[in-house]
Amino acid sequence: MIITLTDTSTAKISTALLRARRNAGSPAQGMVLTLLVVCDEKEYESALKAATESGREHPARILLIVTASGRVASLDAEVRLGEGTPGEVVVIRMRGPLASQPASVVRPLLLPDSPVVIWWPGKAPSNIADDELAGLAVRRVTDAASAKRPLAELKTRAATYQPGDTDLSWTRLTRWRALLAASLDQYPARILGATVEAERNSPSADLLAAWLQSCLRVKVRRKITAGPGMTAVRMSTAAGDIAITRSDGLLASYTVPGQPERLVALKRRKPPS
Amino acid sequence: MTPPTTERVNLLRDPLDRRLPRIAGPCVLVIFGVTGDLSTKKLMPAVYDLANRGLLPPGFALVGFARREWEHQDFAKIVHDAVRQHARTPFREEVWKQLSEGIRFVPGEIGDDDSVRRLRDTIAELDEARGTGGNHAFYLSIPPGLFQTVVDQLREHGLAEQRYGQWSRVVIEKPFGHNLASARELNRVVSSVFPSSSVFRIDHYLGKETVQNMMALRFANQLFEPVWNNNYVDHVQITMAEDIGIGGRAGYFDGIGIARDVIQNHLLQLLALTAMEEPTSFEAAQLRAEKQKVLAAARPPERMDLHTARGRYTGGWQGGSKVAGYLEEKGIPASTTTETYAAIRVDIDNRRWAGVPFYLRTGKRLARRVTEIALGFKRAPHLPFTATDTEELGYNALVLRIQPDEGVTLRFGAKVPGTQMEIREVNMDFAYGGSFTESSPEAYERLILDVLLGDPPLFPQHEEVELSWQILDPILDYWASTDTPPQDYEPGGWGPGCATEMLARDGHVWRRP
Repeated sequence: MIITLTDTSTAKISTALLRARRNAGSPAQGMVLTLLVVCDEKEYESALKAATESGREHPARILLIVTASGRVASLDAEVRLGEGTPGEVVVIRMRGPLASQPASVVRPLLLPDSPVVIWWPGKAPSNIADDELAGLAVRRVTDAASAKRPLAELKTRAATYQPGDTDLSWTRLTRWRALLAASLDQYPARILGATVEAERNSPSADLLAAWLQSCLRVKVRRKITAGPGMTAVRMSTAAGDIAITRSDGLLASYTVPGQPERLVALKRRKPPS
Repeated sequence: MTPPTTERVNLLRDPLDRRLPRIAGPCVLVIFGVTGDLSTKKLMPAVYDLANRGLLPPGFALVGFARREWEHQDFAKIVHDAVRQHARTPFREEVWKQLSEGIRFVPGEIGDDDSVRRLRDTIAELDEARGTGGNHAFYLSIPPGLFQTVVDQLREHGLAEQRYGQWSRVVIEKPFGHNLASARELNRVVSSVFPSSSVFRIDHYLGKETVQNMMALRFANQLFEPVWNNNYVDHVQITMAEDIGIGGRAGYFDGIGIARDVIQNHLLQLLALTAMEEPTSFEAAQLRAEKQKVLAAARPPERMDLHTARGRYTGGWQGGSKVAGYLEEKGIPASTTTETYAAIRVDIDNRRWAGVPFYLRTGKRLARRVTEIALGFKRAPHLPFTATDTEELGYNALVLRIQPDEGVTLRFGAKVPGTQMEIREVNMDFAYGGSFTESSPEAYERLILDVLLGDPPLFPQHEEVELSWQILDPILDYWASTDTPPQDYEPGGWGPGCATEMLARDGHVWRRP
């Protein structure tokens, strides 16, 4: 069910949510968090899709906040419930002066007690710590890779980092990190050095290099390749390299000294679009 | 070249890094009885799903062993089709490529030395080509009667040896024997070759997820534990109902019966998880210690004639179609006394549960498929209402729904809106998540992963299996001695009249799940 509310207020949105839930037959919903998604009209479609996907694993009240500039303040909303929508989705469009005061609209719509997560699929505020909406959330998700200058963005994040900040360029690395850690479980050799190979603008590659450097306490080289994304990680041992190479962004080959080369599925991770 | 032998801390692992999953080391999974339903519907899809989640090692190999003249490709095709049809995660070509590299098939017969030699050679070839380094898991998806032969052969051909830096594990499925004596014999056979930490018993009804959900509910909350005892709980009903008949399993089912098939392992495990004390930690060993304690304190009823019931479904209409009675099923002898419904009362002799009966029931061709644990609470000692006000008020109940729709229901009294003072029962429901469970790992995935990682399983070890038989054996003996067939019951209902009477004697009524 989709309920469209034009020129509305928070109270009307709350009422629409309550009524929609009653109509759906069940006033109780096992929602575990409120997910705030802050984006503009261009990102709206893909952000909605990704948020809905994540709602399938963690039933949530998803508030999509779409801001636009303008002279007159206006507030429109769209309540979506049931019919393939897990939990509840509210698309809130704010224009004009209101767009700079989003917390006033959002605060009454947060689920009681449950954690609040905020995600900026596109441009995030330069200092998250100062952002009013971010102040409502316990977990703040950004994506340096979506910025025009990803590395500069990553540096900004690092400079203003607080516990609870997460950048997707880090979570994209989990499979790589898991494989690398597993390779050292199997082959516990002393690592003498390492190389991370990736396309030029890859914040993930830089994070991985930094991670390896800080864990292994060795020099990690960063090599530029044509991509896509990360193409290889090599850790050198006395007996040869432990290497994971992936040239097509899908299937990697995995080598450990003295053992046969093997294939491993290693698809690039990205939100659905 | 062998890996460096010095123990070195893995610098990439940090206990605070919860994001990083553990991936098993390269290994071979050998499935005996790979042509069975279970293997195509559950095992192969689970293996694929694990690979898709990035939890299988790059050097993983899957070996099928069965009496078929198949080549490796034929078997790979079968696995491919099984995955396409039954896997829970989407099919992806690159994941399949990773898996298919390590798929092998060994045609052969259990008990034939040449076949096992071929199996050994195949495994040796894989150890070389895939770098699986002597780590092997054997999944025995075969009748228990063949276990002895298989484990003996594995030992003779050196496949069961526990060498330093390598592992060899075995997975067996329920039933774990058909009474105490046969369970002990089974354990003797398996443990003569594999140490108990290398034996994984799977009860596919009871996933690790369910066990952990129950642990979390009971021990992560302050709310439930204070009332989780005989001061507040009146009685407990544990139900596992199936809406299907025995299907094509006549050969397996007749002579075994549903009490052996379901109560011994599944319902008594649920009872143990419900009734046990808090373990000192959630390590498998501690959990098992508590389960064993409570199973040792549980006993069958003194009056078997009053507190057990069994039934057998007749033909009739169920769920909109005409179904055959048990005696009309293919391959069932007319003289059979096998039960398709069983209900028993179990008492637990300890401070927490003395005086609280646990009613266990299970049956086939019942109204719907459901597994649940329901704690019925005592009525309030005093009700400041008139009797007519509370006419519709039963007792408070906390229901742990295991399947389908895993979740928790709390039933309590609430006022009927209006000018009259009237109280009726209402439900408060929590679901672990409808669509959420679709993509979450399934029992077999968790089990296979535990086997490959060598995580001590939450599944029962032989002590628990034997304790369960000690509870059930006297009841089975009693039933065998009565010489009367089980009472008939209509399909699509909730079992025979004698089960209703059994509860009525204690002043209780079966819940309608």
